[in-house]
Amino acid sequence: MLETIYQFISQNVLLPLTMFVMPTDYQTEAMTVLQTIVKIVAILVPVLITVAYFTYAERKVIGFIQGRIGPNRVGFFGFSLWGLGQPIADAVKLIVKEIVIPTGSNRSLFVIAPILSLAPSLAAWAVIPFDDTKVLADINAGLLYVLALTSLAVYGVIIAGWASNSKYAFLGAMRSAAQIVAYEIAMGFALVGVLVAAGSLNLGDIVNAQAGSVVHWFWLPLFPLFVIYFISGLAETNRAPFDVAEGESEIVAGFHVEYSGMAFSVFFMAEYANMILIAILCALMFCGGWLSPFQGIPVFSYLFAWVPPLFWLLAKTSFFMLLFLWCRATFPRYRYDQIMRLGWKVFIPITIVWLVVVSVLVVMNTPPWF
Amino acid sequence: MLNKIKNYISSLFLWELLKGLRLTGRYMFKRKITVQYPEEKTPQSHRFRGLHALRRYPNGEERCIACKLCEAVCPAVAITIESEGRDDGSRRTTKYDIDLTKCIFCGFCEESCPVDSIVETRIFEYHGEQRGDLLMTKSRLLEIGDLYEKQVAEDRAKDALYR
Amino acid sequence: MIEQIVFYFFGGILLLSAAMVVSMRNPIHAALSLVLSFFASAAIWLLLQAEFLAIALILVYVGAVMVLFLFIVMMLDINLVALRAGFARFLPAGITIAVLLVASMGLVVGADYFASDTYMAMPTVAAEYSNTKALGLTLYTEYLYQFEIAGAILLVAIIAAISLSINKTKINKTKNPEDQVFVKKQDRLRIIKMQPESSTRHKEPKA
Repeated sequence: MLETIYQFISQNVLLPLTMFVMPTDYQTEAMTVLQTIVKIVAILVPVLITVAYFTYAERKVIGFIQGRIGPNRVGFFGFSLWGLGQPIADAVKLIVKEIVIPTGSNRSLFVIAPILSLAPSLAAWAVIPFDDTKVLADINAGLLYVLALTSLAVYGVIIAGWASNSKYAFLGAMRSAAQIVAYEIAMGFALVGVLVAAGSLNLGDIVNAQAGSVVHWFWLPLFPLFVIYFISGLAETNRAPFDVAEGESEIVAGFHVEYSGMAFSVFFMAEYANMILIAILCALMFCGGWLSPFQGIPVFSYLFAWVPPLFWLLAKTSFFMLLFLWCRATFPRYRYDQIMRLGWKVFIPITIVWLVVVSVLVVMNTPPWF
Repeated sequence: MLNKIKNYISSLFLWELLKGLRLTGRYMFKRKITVQYPEEKTPQSHRFRGLHALRRYPNGEERCIACKLCEAVCPAVAITIESEGRDDGSRRTTKYDIDLTKCIFCGFCEESCPVDSIVETRIFEYHGEQRGDLLMTKSRLLEIGDLYEKQVAEDRAKDALYR
Repeated sequence: MIEQIVFYFFGGILLLSAAMVVSMRNPIHAALSLVLSFFASAAIWLLLQAEFLAIALILVYVGAVMVLFLFIVMMLDINLVALRAGFARFLPAGITIAVLLVASMGLVVGADYFASDTYMAMPTVAAEYSNTKALGLTLYTEYLYQFEIAGAILLVAIIAAISLSINKTKINKTKNPEDQVFVKKQDRLRIIKMQPESSTRHKEPKA
């Protein structure tokens, strides 16, 4: 169905547009650019809607875990609908609010910081494959690209913290910088494990290398790396229990104390977009991406053959997203020195050891994975 | 030694964390105890201390005799009383103000009152939109007392046993 | 066409940001311009189909090195006035050095050696061609010894840095959180069963 819509748009809107507007020499290039823009919109609009409803899901899930019911008032057209209108109401409120730029702050950097934190987390979606064929940029170094972009997210935090000219914001930025550098190494090593296991940096190839059945997926041979990747993802996105960059009980709200209105909400969106990104990467690299969990099981694989692959990918992603919220509702915040200890002295040694193990497994062609 | 190995393995498999997740996961499906406020309300005690009121005797005479005990006992200094002798020789208040923005709803004024004049009702849903709205004057307090006299009297009767 | 636009766009950004690195008064701004110039040069490398190097540049320099740079620079309390003092005094010497540098670079990087016609055109490679794989193969076969020696040198540098910064006289008392987590009630608490003491020792005061 998505293909037909895309074909329709590209035949009936883009083609005439390029035919009439552009000179004949550049029509194919213009067509490519327009088609890419349509694809980008087709990816980013659902992502941003998910970001909005992820905030709702967070309040709902944490509410449920704490014996509450969460937001349930704002709805549509007079129906409360379990509070489904809440994200939209929040968005309207935040857009209408004033953006206060503190005196003594570095104005240009202050404004640019939220953009710097949101942009990489959205740009990373370029290489995420949703299917065997549905991917915006099918590049060879997809994994590296994702790793590079997730490492850029820290700039938004650092610059926000420094440009605010506030002690609390600065403390949050410093904490975040040290933390992200520490966990990026463990994260990178976990990804190297995936690379060794799959023999490719292309995310689509990585998923296809896991084909077979549930036990073929990489979560089993790379189990420690899987766990470390997810926990580093928690740390990288500054989520509880690693949210010392915000630490509202110690440093008010950390790096974004001075931000208000839409500028604050862009930080918020960046955090949630990053979480969704980490979740979908977990699903792709360790849990077989769009592969059906019933693959290889005699009867069920036929029973569930009609389910589109995209559904499985989204289901797995949703599970990891839920896990993010679940962890936040369960674990108390780490002390800062313990975060550093965990990152440098626990995760990095484990990943290095397991890299050796994986390499040996690959070289020995251990069934059923390699 | 064996214990140490066991600890290492259990920490490697995040056993404790999984236990924590299981606990919170169970609570996710437990009955929710939220009170949906405007539609549902929690039961109130008859000793509830809410908005103040000044009472009258059944014959319509106001109870307050301007003894100023409440003014003296008020820990937040929220009560201001001025009094004058009336034509029939009795002492009555000319001004009885309670500043609700100062009041801490401790109930001392009610305890101290020798004639059960100043009372705290069960009303808690009120608000002020302007500056003076939360300064309760004598007339407004008497008005509240007249409106809720029935319930106030019932609550006092229920509590009389323990006083 | 598109490639040329992209090249000149990022080339312009690169030159501009590189100039800003040396001319910015605020060191934070200079460091951020350096980040921007890394970014632009990575984009130009991408145009040359060196995707691994481009991403490695962002990953290593932008993602890690510059973060630590900023970390340090932001912590410093820099007095801008003191830094700018003596600018005029050192200007002649600075200009001389700059002219010398430019001249020597002009001699080396001149058209004689680096003109575009002395180079082959960029070979167009197939879509499946993986830069990463090629680099890995070259590094681990042809240049294995050099690679290993470089790795060993870096390791030595890490160990040296750690041993220099480590505090040998251990004055701070730290706890091992691993041990703390696994402490059981039995390890800390001893419950003793004993007879109640006789009441003669504590006599209730007579009322």
